Amino acid sequence: MTDTTTTASVGAPKAGFSLQSIFRRPEAGAAAGFVIILIFFGYFGAQNNFLTALGTSTWLNFASKVGIIAIPVGFLMIAGEMDISVGALIPAGGIVLAMATELYGFNIWVSVLLSLAIAGAIGWVNGMLVTRTKVPSLIVTLATLFVVAGLNIFVSKKLAGTTQHSLPDAGPVSEFLFGDYHTLQFGSDDASFVIFQSLQSSFFIWIVFAAICFFILHMSPWGNWIAAMGGDQQSARNAGIPTNRLKIALFMLSAMAAALVGMTEAVLANTASTTTQFGMIFNSIICVVVGGVLLTGGFGTVTGIVFGTLTFGIVFQGINFTTFDKDLNLLFIGALLLIAVLMNETFRKMATNWSSSKK
Amino acid sequence: MSANAPILALRGVNKSFGPIDVLHDINLEVRAGEVLCLLGDNGAGKSTLIRILSGVHQPTSGTIEMDGQSVGFPTPRAAADKGIATVHQFGGTFPLMSIGRSFFVGVEPTKGWGPFKTYDRKKANEIAVKAVQDFGITRIDDGDRLVGGLSGGERQSLAIARAVHFGARVLILDEPTAALGVKQAAHVLRIVNEAKRRGLAVIFITHQVMHAMAVGDHFAVLIRGAVAADFKKGEKTREQITDLMAGGETMADLEATIEGYMASHDGHPPPPSH
Repeated sequence: MTDTTTTASVGAPKAGFSLQSIFRRPEAGAAAGFVIILIFFGYFGAQNNFLTALGTSTWLNFASKVGIIAIPVGFLMIAGEMDISVGALIPAGGIVLAMATELYGFNIWVSVLLSLAIAGAIGWVNGMLVTRTKVPSLIVTLATLFVVAGLNIFVSKKLAGTTQHSLPDAGPVSEFLFGDYHTLQFGSDDASFVIFQSLQSSFFIWIVFAAICFFILHMSPWGNWIAAMGGDQQSARNAGIPTNRLKIALFMLSAMAAALVGMTEAVLANTASTTTQFGMIFNSIICVVVGGVLLTGGFGTVTGIVFGTLTFGIVFQGINFTTFDKDLNLLFIGALLLIAVLMNETFRKMATNWSSSKK
Repeated sequence: MSANAPILALRGVNKSFGPIDVLHDINLEVRAGEVLCLLGDNGAGKSTLIRILSGVHQPTSGTIEMDGQSVGFPTPRAAADKGIATVHQFGGTFPLMSIGRSFFVGVEPTKGWGPFKTYDRKKANEIAVKAVQDFGITRIDDGDRLVGGLSGGERQSLAIARAVHFGARVLILDEPTAALGVKQAAHVLRIVNEAKRRGLAVIFITHQVMHAMAVGDHFAVLIRGAVAADFKKGEKTREQITDLMAGGETMADLEATIEGYMASHDGHPPPPSH
């Protein structure tokens, strides 16, 4: 079949660009929400440098850490599962790195691999428990959240005698890659043109990670498997998809992503603490849901999750740039979540009901 | 092998779950290009029979034969590999996936190599749309449409077209018309006829006698786990089949009882008995 016939007949993308086709995309809701929030805080926060490179870095740095966790958590939600054990895996990633280098004198890269391996093992346990016992993943990961949180403190005290570990010098290359502030500007002082200023390494990790995850979910066949698994697990298994193995792999991915965030924080702050980050559990779920992922599984996009994370980052940090009372922060986040969910529902209906006969 | 030999046959199949006997001594055959209608009221054992045929359950005793050879279906996958495709009431498709993607779930066409293999959306959409249109559903012309936007009948058709495309020889349709309106049901029945014309053996499970009579060549009525009647097209009337399904209590008797009650109670119908 030649190209001309296919564009004329079936399946091929419509030629040209139309506003309508943008709105049909299910992630349109998340993107529109981001634009509205950006304009809102851009207007109210303009006098307080919200729109400067430094101001932008404030919320991008915050968003990047949630974002790295939100994507694999989103994958799990698309596959019909939850992972809340990430709250304990963030400190676990940091303290394993700190103890391995400082206490046992391992090379930094060996420590990084060790930390990822331990996180992967915990993720594997999560996955095995969920697939073998059929206990809902919310309960399984709630249990592992506390088990790992307890282990963090217990092992820290046994091995190092403290819950605060220092990581004074991780080496120049790893500092650069994991925890440093990066600035790109052209020209000098007065005539300088700033591209970005004081962006943390985690931001760049997030961008690369998001690109890889975009490939997995939207371009490789695996993405289809993940969505099918969340849409109808029985049908997916009957279609020959290795649902158990795929699910275990996804739990390992989210655990390792959380450990990675813990490591970037440890390297940046030169210290690692065992404090469980309960806030990050909710933050990652909010980003995923604001990003248009269906809570019951079967649908979601990486682009949507990234927009959801950006929106969340602005709302969380943006209030500090405005004249609003800072105490309203959490109220804003609650309202954002509610509005986003309603909006996503509308856009999803538009995408579902769209029929080609109307074109 | 003669064209008339059964593709799939059940010989003396029994199934019990612990002390409860669900199926007793089931003997059924289905041939290529033939529609076997499996009729029965709720709880007659239809679902269990389908699960045995599709590899979800194993028979307690008795054998399943394909092309005259005894076979076992230890898993749903094994049944599917032998060409047995089951389409459930809601089509077993994924509402928020595109037509192309749901058509190829698990066997996605790819392009590229190694870890950079990508899902070939264009090819998947083309094949899926063509397969569905070949079944006469010309309204589906865009593989990017989401399955959730299709009507119930179109979803059934998509699922049947998918099964046929992937080489099904025996098509098991589990109550495909139960949740559909009159027009949509007619749509699905046409698809069933098309599948039959292509030489598939179809096992059509329903409790709607009208739908069964519209497409069936061969009928089996299940009552409390046993085949109560096994007859060919034209051998029994609709009333007789309905009576059989109701477990022997004839409709005429039931009507007489109700009328008698109403006559003696100032025209009020009897209260529900349960």
